[in-house]
Amino acid sequence: MAEFFTASVLVTTFAAGVRLSMPFLLAALGETLGQRSGVLNLGVDGVMLIGAFFAYWTVLETDSRLSGVVAGLLVGLAMGVLYAVVTLVFHAEQGISGIGIFLFGLGMSELLFQELVGTPLPIPALTEAPIPLLSDIPGLGTMLFSHSLLVYAGVVLVVLLTWLINRSTFGLDLRAVGENPEAADSLGVSVIRTRAIAILIGNSLAGVAGAALTIELGTFQNNLTNGIGFIAVALVYFGAWRPFGVLAGSLLYGLVTATVTQLKVLDIVSGAAASLTTTAPAVLTVLALAVIARRSASQPAALTVPFERRH
Amino acid sequence: MVRLQLPQKRGSTSYTAIQAAAIPVVAVLLALLVGAGMILALGANPLEGYRALFVGAFGSRSALADSAVRAMPLLLVAVGICVAFRAKVINIGGEGQIIAGAILSTIVALSVGDLPAVILLPLVLLMGMIGGGIWGAIPGAMKAYLGVNEILSTIMLNIVAVQIMNYLLRDPLIDPEEIERGTRIPQTERLPESADLPILVDGTRLHLGVIVAIIAAVVGWAFLWRTTVGFRVRAVGHSPHAARYAGMSVPRMTMLALSLSGALCGLAGATLVFGSQSHRLITDGSAAGFTGAAGFNGIVAALFGGLHPLWAIPSSFLFGGLLVGANAMQRAIQIPSALVVALNGLVVVFVIASNRLRDDLKKRAANG
Repeated sequence: MAEFFTASVLVTTFAAGVRLSMPFLLAALGETLGQRSGVLNLGVDGVMLIGAFFAYWTVLETDSRLSGVVAGLLVGLAMGVLYAVVTLVFHAEQGISGIGIFLFGLGMSELLFQELVGTPLPIPALTEAPIPLLSDIPGLGTMLFSHSLLVYAGVVLVVLLTWLINRSTFGLDLRAVGENPEAADSLGVSVIRTRAIAILIGNSLAGVAGAALTIELGTFQNNLTNGIGFIAVALVYFGAWRPFGVLAGSLLYGLVTATVTQLKVLDIVSGAAASLTTTAPAVLTVLALAVIARRSASQPAALTVPFERRH
Repeated sequence: MVRLQLPQKRGSTSYTAIQAAAIPVVAVLLALLVGAGMILALGANPLEGYRALFVGAFGSRSALADSAVRAMPLLLVAVGICVAFRAKVINIGGEGQIIAGAILSTIVALSVGDLPAVILLPLVLLMGMIGGGIWGAIPGAMKAYLGVNEILSTIMLNIVAVQIMNYLLRDPLIDPEEIERGTRIPQTERLPESADLPILVDGTRLHLGVIVAIIAAVVGWAFLWRTTVGFRVRAVGHSPHAARYAGMSVPRMTMLALSLSGALCGLAGATLVFGSQSHRLITDGSAAGFTGAAGFNGIVAALFGGLHPLWAIPSSFLFGGLLVGANAMQRAIQIPSALVVALNGLVVVFVIASNRLRDDLKKRAANG
């Protein structure tokens, strides 16, 4: 155990944890926006998978990681249009239609991967973009300031979304629509349009999260996400519908995962017991929530409730 | 005592059962149409593909038996989903509950050894229910008494169950022969033969588990619509406030619904193990490797059957058949069988999206 508590190991583990938490963060931030507007999307995992495939395929064909991220975003946006129509026009029950979106994404990404690529060819992985000066700080520099652009983008997004939700006019509409759509509607806020925007941004972020995952790993495989999208939904509850809370949850998940991986690398846990330690992030998240659930903020009042104007 | 009435089904003359049944059928046809478009876009012949799919699923005695066997876990999960969703509890922990049931029944079968089948078979099936029931009761209690959202806890418990299975099969429960040979495939030794689910029709794979699943569906229906507790479960799902006002305990019903739902999924896990061709519990590291994603596909089957346990029987058979036929389609026109998974997803989306249409139809019929 002593070899884990050395400065260099702790620093690299922390840096890896930050990197690992990004796909969770991006997907969970998107889901936060949707849920604040009153729309639950359980299909995040499916959107991530399909976004990941198109990002992977685009990078494979064009050799440009930026195009890959854009491809993920656009596919996410397209899935968002589908989900917006299903939930806002047809008033479909959200928890369940999300399962449909998940299965669709799971099947489509595998189908397209086998048809268009077949074997998991490697793609260039993300390179680090150290921030000048800050990255030279011993320890902290490696932990926080020597990451890929996606990590910085994720953190900026947390700040941006906090501002958007709490300080902007759109955020006010968003919260009103999520808490009391009838009241918002009577004041002239378009419930459908506000929710549609939240769904579109949210799904785009899920697509980007998928792209981040495949580019981070440098390859693609069937069911690449292995449930990350579902965990992201759980992290929204964990983060009490606030971007910074979601950031904390994602970091917890990433850091614990990185720690477990590091313990395996150092042979501190080995063999079959290693699979048990893999459950640590899930167990911790549930336990943390069991402790704080009663005290934390309650969910948006109109979550999963479809809106229909009464004449 | 306050009396509580749930809305009754009315035999409306203009709104017939045929209209109600037509919507899911149209949803499937629509999904197949989208699938045909995809097959065309991938440069294959959709008619040929679908022919292979349906022949592969329903075209022969052994195909029908395979479809029924594939439908078995879907049906058990679907009945569990009916109970949970009727109580307004979203159980997406089917995968974990299936695994928990499989683990407990396997451990018991391995430790009691070769008992007569009349004792061992019911015992392992019961253990499956208990294992899954516990895995459902945990999120149930957390929701009822700690206010933890069940979506979050069931997702997390899925992850935990898979890893417990991986751990057990790699170390304490691993087949001693795998260690001797050094191959270390994560699987148990062959389970006691008296616990094998007996084959019903010689020359096919049809086994007793299918009957167990059908009985479970009938019992599930009788529970929900013919017992007081079942009524309470539905009442709590329909209107928690009214139910509480009528003196019912909402937390207790929530916990009961999730435990029962888990028990049915756990039973699916036990039948998957003891009805498997290898008669072992094997893991490939993922949940779907063992369950075949039955925890999710069962939700599809339940929805398609209108959350009614008896309608879940034909519905599960249909989706079991589609999953079996997908492999035949892959062989015939070289389109990956994953297409059917995607189409299942579309069926869910279409069915759920058309519910409102159905309600509108109902309303119009009621208003004359």
